Amino acid sequence: MDRKTDLRLWAVLFWLVVWQLAAMALRAAYPHGELLLASPVNVLLRLGQLAVTAAFWRTVAWSAIRIFGGFLLATVLAVVLAALAAWKQWLRGLMAPLVAAVKAVPVASFIILAQVWLNSRSLSLFISALMVFPPVYLNVLEGICRTDRRLLEMARVFRVPLGRRLRGIYLPQVMPYFRTAVSLGLGLCWKAGAAAEIIGLPAGSMGERLYTAKVYFQTADLFAWTVTIVAVSVAFERLFLALVDRLMGKAGL
Amino acid sequence: MEVKNLCKAYGDLPVLENVSFTVGVGVTALWGPSGVGKTTLLRILLGLEKPDSGELMGTAVRWSAVFQEDRLLEGLDALGNLRFALGTDYEEAKAAAMLTALGLTWETGKPVGAWSGGMKRRLALARALLAPSEAIALDEPFTGLDDENRQRAIRAIRRVAETKPVLLVTHDRTELNLLRANIVNL
Repeated sequence: MDRKTDLRLWAVLFWLVVWQLAAMALRAAYPHGELLLASPVNVLLRLGQLAVTAAFWRTVAWSAIRIFGGFLLATVLAVVLAALAAWKQWLRGLMAPLVAAVKAVPVASFIILAQVWLNSRSLSLFISALMVFPPVYLNVLEGICRTDRRLLEMARVFRVPLGRRLRGIYLPQVMPYFRTAVSLGLGLCWKAGAAAEIIGLPAGSMGERLYTAKVYFQTADLFAWTVTIVAVSVAFERLFLALVDRLMGKAGL
Repeated sequence: MEVKNLCKAYGDLPVLENVSFTVGVGVTALWGPSGVGKTTLLRILLGLEKPDSGELMGTAVRWSAVFQEDRLLEGLDALGNLRFALGTDYEEAKAAAMLTALGLTWETGKPVGAWSGGMKRRLALARALLAPSEAIALDEPFTGLDDENRQRAIRAIRRVAETKPVLLVTHDRTELNLLRANIVNL
């Protein structure tokens, strides 16, 4: 793990204490200070209340299925297109402006545009897919293009079939690129997917809960749902990367 | 195999000019100073490059090769490398005999990236000699080998060259004599 970004318990505790003190100070200064900033203790209590209800888990599942579904769809499509683009120069040229446009256009613009085309229930799936596609496509393409040509020549001379070449040469080369892209993509898809839900307000989503909490000044709920989104995002990232690492280990990579 | 009037240039720089020779069973050595196009000629015969002109007859066969570089899968061990190149043609007894003949052991589980240069070279040679092929191209296969291992490699090459053509690039006359090679001057 990068030592510069490594989370230290003492540092986390320090900022939690700062947060708690700030919330207490606001409550002491204003009668409705808790509406402006819920304390970490209250957020934790509220999260505990929510987590024992079936509705909470239904909401998490509703959003997770769509956002993670978008991630998976985009990942599969990006890997296939990157493999084809590495093989066919014209496809790489064709894809370049599209990928550059997706990277450059603000996600909010896509969300609003997608609202015209899609119903709100598919919005988060589409937006998360859109955010995941460029990093996975570009990283996998980069990995394939950096494959050692000398090893490919060796495989050609020895008439090594494609399946074995994929496993022996391409996969060890591409997997580190893929892993980095997936890690980046999982973080992006949850941020963009939640934003799409907040703007599109599909019924039963975490985004809708966040929006409702904001409208009714339920600040503890707002923080609790935010913590939930972060926790689910981190859990999915850890689980998916563990799965990728396990598959890499099994393949001897 | 026959090569007739072969020409190859990179841009304005001619590398091979009207090269002609024939190759039969046994060792044929491509001989000449550095930069004369020996490696380019091997690459053309292996189908990795196209000549500008000339004729190649009987060269479109199944080749195996030792390249100028070892070109091993550095993350795999010896078994992984041999299985990668040989696939279903891999036979453990034959492979073990070849490794022993070249003074190597399996070093099971140790990626070849951690092997010494001489060990890697011998494994690359073992791979070429074990692979199912009708002809073998060896581009400076003795690079980095000490005397003892050079002798081992020469004996292994001579044994294989009894049944198929072996094209060799080397800079050492002694090796050519020991291999009883036909010499093609470039």
